[in-house]
Amino acid sequence: MARRIGTEVSLAVADAVKMAAPDVISAYPITPQTHIVEELSEFVANGELDAEYIPVESEHSAMSAAVGAAAAGARVYTATSSQGLALMHEILFIASSMRLPMVMTVANRSLSGPISIWNDHSDIMAERDIGWVQLFVENGQEALEFTWAAFRIGEDKRVMLPVVVNMDGFIMSHMIEPITIPDQEVVDAFLKPYEPQIKLDTADPVTFGPVGVPEVYLEAKKQCEQALLDSKAVVSEVIDDLNHTFGRQYGLVETNGAEDAETVIVTMGSLGESVMTAVDRMNANGKAVGQARIRLWRPFPVEEFMDAVSGAKKLVVIDRAISPGSVNGPVAQELKSVFYGRLDAPEIVNVIAGIGGRDVPVDDFVQMVELAEKGELAETYTLWGLDSDA
Amino acid sequence: MSKQSICAWQRLEPGAAIRDPGNAAALKTGDWRTLVPVLNEEECIKCTMCAVFCPEFCISEHEDGFFRPDLNYCKGCGICANECPKTAITMVMEEK
Repeated sequence: MARRIGTEVSLAVADAVKMAAPDVISAYPITPQTHIVEELSEFVANGELDAEYIPVESEHSAMSAAVGAAAAGARVYTATSSQGLALMHEILFIASSMRLPMVMTVANRSLSGPISIWNDHSDIMAERDIGWVQLFVENGQEALEFTWAAFRIGEDKRVMLPVVVNMDGFIMSHMIEPITIPDQEVVDAFLKPYEPQIKLDTADPVTFGPVGVPEVYLEAKKQCEQALLDSKAVVSEVIDDLNHTFGRQYGLVETNGAEDAETVIVTMGSLGESVMTAVDRMNANGKAVGQARIRLWRPFPVEEFMDAVSGAKKLVVIDRAISPGSVNGPVAQELKSVFYGRLDAPEIVNVIAGIGGRDVPVDDFVQMVELAEKGELAETYTLWGLDSDA
Repeated sequence: MSKQSICAWQRLEPGAAIRDPGNAAALKTGDWRTLVPVLNEEECIKCTMCAVFCPEFCISEHEDGFFRPDLNYCKGCGICANECPKTAITMVMEEK
């Protein structure tokens, strides 16, 4: 029988990883991700999980060991945050360019400086172009279930790519939530053992990661890019099965609120839950406002997003990262590209909110919509909550 | 558009992995040579020193007993000419 328990989300993620039966866990502790790998190291130490736990000396080594283990055909897991993700940077591209499936949870946290351990999306946005499948979850139950989905997506022979599951640091990682943990048999039926398509094997030698001379580099990059684009169909398929198995209604882009909404708030990550409350409140007051939550960030689900906001006249796009020197935050940049040149393009206003752990209460979203509808938000972007003398 | 690729992207192994060992032999690497070794067969005593010292291992024995480089791989480095005890090898500018 499935168990419904109160648990810290990080510990639930560690449970999910245990139930996915990884062969290798390679990780270095960093706030606010530490509880996940700490719990996993205990599972391995006390014999609950039969896996190789590699306590490496840095995140650069964590990702390097993960690449080596995945090349040898292992099911691999790691987790990190912020500076740790930044330290992995160069190896992240190697994992995807070598087509090595692995799953990494990122408990999203701002980057220094100033030194900050609190939540925003600047860590993953700095790694936007690593060629990984990139998912966002909004609550603990999703964090648990998308860990299994991530293994299945990445290991699918049509994908063969690493997958990152983003969850907001502290807001999710340290929150105690009611979470339903299914039976092991249910997970085993959903996530089959990994069968690598190609691996390091002395009986059938291959060279992984060869030099890419100018005559082949472009074709090698195209292959990875195409695999990432093609992964969208697999992500859909896996989410459908996830919905069927666990009784959910997940999608690549999820909507909420009034069907005839002219103004739609767009979020990625846990802010979506607060926006849900704000939208429900506005709808109850007779205001036709809608909501679109982006679950799949890479590959970007263009058609699904357009469907989700069709009919909207104005999008209030919430970014949780600053893109210094650019015209917008990363999500708004993406959406403006998506709609460029289309006659039915909605107006896009950009609010950069929740930076470095700054709280964004429900009422603030109501206010954002009011200001956006009155045309009182900046044409470029608004740094929400900024204390300024101007 | 100029064609500079080796093969279509669809034909690469996943992650551009290489499955056939020793396939570097298929890549002709002698095309950036400027000097080419020329053997004076009247001076050559077939001692093998040129073949031993060749860093490309591209000098091998022919049926007539002389050792000659495979110009598909010779880089024209001149080590063979330098090591030849009879100075039977001369490096000359190659005309292309």
